[in-house]
Amino acid sequence: MIVAESKPIKEILEMVKDFKKILVVGCKGCVTVCNVGGAKEAAILASTIRISGKKEGLDVEVNEHTLERQCDPEYINELKDVIVDYDAVISLACGVGPQFLSERYPDKRIFPGVNTKFMGGAVEHGVWEERCAGCGACAIHLFGGLCPIARCSKSLLNGPCGGSSNGKCEISDEVDCVWDLIVTKMMEQDRLDELTVFRPPKSWTTARDGGPRKMIREELVK
Amino acid sequence: MDDFKPQIVAFCCVNCASSAAKVAHGMKKALPDNIKIIQVPCTGRIETLHLLKPFEEGADGVYVAGCQADSCQYINGITKAAKRVEQVKKILEELSMEPERIDVFHMSAGKGQEFVEVADRMVNTIKELGPSMPA
Repeated sequence: MIVAESKPIKEILEMVKDFKKILVVGCKGCVTVCNVGGAKEAAILASTIRISGKKEGLDVEVNEHTLERQCDPEYINELKDVIVDYDAVISLACGVGPQFLSERYPDKRIFPGVNTKFMGGAVEHGVWEERCAGCGACAIHLFGGLCPIARCSKSLLNGPCGGSSNGKCEISDEVDCVWDLIVTKMMEQDRLDELTVFRPPKSWTTARDGGPRKMIREELVK
Repeated sequence: MDDFKPQIVAFCCVNCASSAAKVAHGMKKALPDNIKIIQVPCTGRIETLHLLKPFEEGADGVYVAGCQADSCQYINGITKAAKRVEQVKKILEELSMEPERIDVFHMSAGKGQEFVEVADRMVNTIKELGPSMPA
């Protein structure tokens, strides 16, 4: 999933301080799963802004609405009869949501309510780790099912650097050296020799380095 | 500030705090009349939003009265509630409100006297802080 974290409340309040009618829009996708932008969190933020308004003696109307997803136009359209009543919209989706809202409702001021962090998963309740860098040419099968691009601090593809110590990365004791994990896994599977196979340099044209990406699936295009 | 009568909402676990309240009642121990008690089946059911709503409605203070950490019959209800209280404390701080306006207390079912003392303590704390919202 895409993992995000809440923006500081003060930052959000500063963004919307000039608006009297505010709509907080949640998303039932990834941000619901990582407990930062679903219906529950939208209600909490709306309540928080209302408390702030009352405390400051401001006449602010704040409501919340949660969409199935904010990365599909048909769900964004659902907002068309609701959004007319508001001056400002705070999207609690990943960075995609506020952009889709801005494109669909160009006369509205749209603000991001979360900071999008990475693609990853929950390793335990309340703890998420990065697992994918979206390079566009997955090769984890060559590395024991582990991604050295996302999980090595230097994205090294040819083995650990000198900063690997006791299975940890030199940047932090809390970060596993993924190359230590890869070598251990390949040894366990008796496939260590596969790491010595010559492979040409990775093409990064499929990654972000090739500019903004677009994907077209002809069989799905209407 | 002497005539300020704070409005306080207390979320009370039905298994311990509410029983303590009954004991207090039986002991003729009077609870301050400005405390509104909301009985919950387990404090673990209390969401962050539940703790914010009273402030939105003008309450000056909120507290959760639940079991001892090791005696929740739903295992960890009060522990979850304590984490949500901490979250609301942070929200209040971000809104430049005093985090002491919300607190969590651990109770035992038979401690009627303690139930009243906690209520009185909360009333005194909030009285010192003053109203949460401008008049």
